[in-house]
Amino acid sequence: MTSQEKKRLQTIACKVRMGIIESTHAAKCGHPGGSMSAADLITYLYFKELNVDPKNPKWEDRDRFVLSKGHCAPALYAALAHRGFFPVEDLVTLRKVGSYLQGHPNMNSVPGVDMSTGSLGQGISTACGMALAGKVQKKDYRVYTLLGDGEIQEGQVWEACMFASHYSLDNLCVIIDNNGLQIDGDVAKVMSPYPIDEKLTAFGFAVQTIDGHDLDAIDQALNTAKTVTGKPSAIILKTVKGKGVSFMENVAGWHGVAPNDEQYAQAMAELNQQLAEMEGR
Amino acid sequence: MAEVKKMATREGYGKALVELGKEHSDIVVLDADLAGSTKTGMFAKAYPDRHFNCGIAEADMMCVAAGLASCGMTPFASSFAMFASGRAYEQIRNSIGYPHLNVKIGASHGGLSVGEDGASHQCCEDFALMRSIPGMVVICPADGIEAEAATKAAYEYEGPVYLRMGRLAVPQFHQEGFRFTIGKGEIMREGTDIAIIANGLMVYEAMQAGDALEKLGIHARIVNMSTVKPLDEELVLKCAKECGKIITCEEHSVIGGLGEAVCSFLSETYPTPVKRIGVEDKFGFSGPAYEVLKAFGLCADHIVEVTREFLGK
Repeated sequence: MTSQEKKRLQTIACKVRMGIIESTHAAKCGHPGGSMSAADLITYLYFKELNVDPKNPKWEDRDRFVLSKGHCAPALYAALAHRGFFPVEDLVTLRKVGSYLQGHPNMNSVPGVDMSTGSLGQGISTACGMALAGKVQKKDYRVYTLLGDGEIQEGQVWEACMFASHYSLDNLCVIIDNNGLQIDGDVAKVMSPYPIDEKLTAFGFAVQTIDGHDLDAIDQALNTAKTVTGKPSAIILKTVKGKGVSFMENVAGWHGVAPNDEQYAQAMAELNQQLAEMEGR
Repeated sequence: MAEVKKMATREGYGKALVELGKEHSDIVVLDADLAGSTKTGMFAKAYPDRHFNCGIAEADMMCVAAGLASCGMTPFASSFAMFASGRAYEQIRNSIGYPHLNVKIGASHGGLSVGEDGASHQCCEDFALMRSIPGMVVICPADGIEAEAATKAAYEYEGPVYLRMGRLAVPQFHQEGFRFTIGKGEIMREGTDIAIIANGLMVYEAMQAGDALEKLGIHARIVNMSTVKPLDEELVLKCAKECGKIITCEEHSVIGGLGEAVCSFLSETYPTPVKRIGVEDKFGFSGPAYEVLKAFGLCADHIVEVTREFLGK
C-alpha cells in the first residue's frame, strides 16, 4: 500500500468516525465505542478490499461482509454512505421512526448490507453459509465477518468455527475486534474468551494477530489471508474501544451510550483536528 | 376392508427432496446429525455435493441456511421439531424470519407420536413458536403424499416455511399426484352438524370419527387444515356459518396452535362455539405412540365423545 493510499484511507476512517459520532448523537443512543474500534477495519474493507458496486448492491458475484457485531451499525452505515451506497446526510436519521437505518443492520432496508444482524453469534454462521454458497456455486467471491471479543462468548460462534473448518472455507475470513471491553466491563473479567488465538488455531483457522488501527498491518493481514488454502482465516485485531475520541477511549461506559451535545462538540472538534492534520491543513 | 397403506410424513419429505433436487440445482439440504431420521439421507445419497451435515449444532445450521439463501440457494434445514423450532428459535426469528429469507425448515418427529423418547423430544409447542414469527408459513401435512406435495409447494413458494412432520407411519388417504396449495384447507367429508378441523395425524383420526358419528346420525364436516399459517380463513368462516359449531384437533398444545388460530379468527369475525382437542398444558411421556396419543385424547374415540357432548347427542 502506498503512503498516499494509506493517507486516503486514514482520512476516510476519520470521516467514518465523524459519521458514528454524528449519527449516534442525533439518535441520542446507539453504540459508539465498538463502532470506533472497528472503524479502521471497516474503512479498509469498503475502500480497498471488497469487490462491491454501490450502484448494484445486490450484485451476485460481490464480496460479502457480515457485521456479526451488529450493534456497531453506525460504523458500517458511515462507511457505506461514504462509499456511495446512500447519502451521507441520511446518517443522522439513524434509529428514527421511518428511517431505513435501523438500530441494527437490516439487509432489506439498507443498500449494501449483506445480512441482517444484531443478535450476537449469528452473523458468523450466516457468513459460513455465504462462503459455502460460493463453494457450491463455484464463485470466487470472498466473505468477511467481524465479531466482537465479547460476542465470541456465544457458543454458536464456536459451532460456526467448527463448520468453517470442517468445510475448508478458505474463502472466509473471520475478524475479531479485540478491544477488550464489553457492556459489563473487561471481557477478561466478565467471561474470559482468552486465549483467542490459540482457540481459533485449535479450531483449524490460520490465525494472525495485528494492531487493528494500523492500516498497513490490516492490508498485510488481509492479503496474507487470501493466500491461505484449505482452511478459513482469522484475524484478531488489537483495538481500542472508542478509538479517536480522547474521552471515549478504553471506557466500557461508551459501549452503548450516545454523546450529549457538549460531548458531541468536543468529539467532533477532536476528529476535525485529526482530519486537518491528515489533510495537511 | 382393504389394508390401509401407511407412510410417515417425514418419508414424503425425503422423497420430495430427491425429486426436487433432480431439477433444481439451487436446492441444498442441511442436517444436524439426523439425516437418517429426517429422511434427508436419500437426498444425501443422490446429491452428496449438495448435502451438508452441520453436526449437532442446530443454531449454526439455521444461520448457515440463512447465509446460503442470501446467495440465491434454497436450503432445506432439517432436524427434529424440538430442536429446529425450540433450540434454534431465535436464530430462525432473527436470521431467517426478520430478513424473510428463502429457507425451508423440515422439522420431523413433531408432537407426542415420537412415543418412547418421551417429553424431551415430544415437541408440542412448535406451531406456537413458528406462528408468532412474522411472514413464516407453517404447514403440518396429514399423510406421506401430502407431505411430499407440501414440500414441493414450499420450494415453489418464495420465503421462509416451517414444515412439521411426524416420525410415525400414518394411514395414507391422499391420492398419488395430489397437488398442495399453501393456505388452502381441504374438506375430507361433507356435513353440516359440526365442523371438525384437524391437521397432521389427527386428520385421519377425525375422518374415523366422522365415520363413527355418521352411524350415530351426526353429519360432521371433516376438514384437513394442514396450513396452520396463513390460516384458510375463508374455509373456517364457511364452516362456522354452515355448521355452527367447530372442534379443532391437533397434535400440539392447545396453546398457540391451530385451535387458537381458529378461535382468534372467529372471535373477531363471527363468534362461534369452538372446542379444542390438543395437548392440554402438559408435557408428554414415554410409551408406544398410539398409547400416548390415546392418553392425551388425541384419537377418534375421544373426538366422537367430545362431539356428542358438544352437540348434546
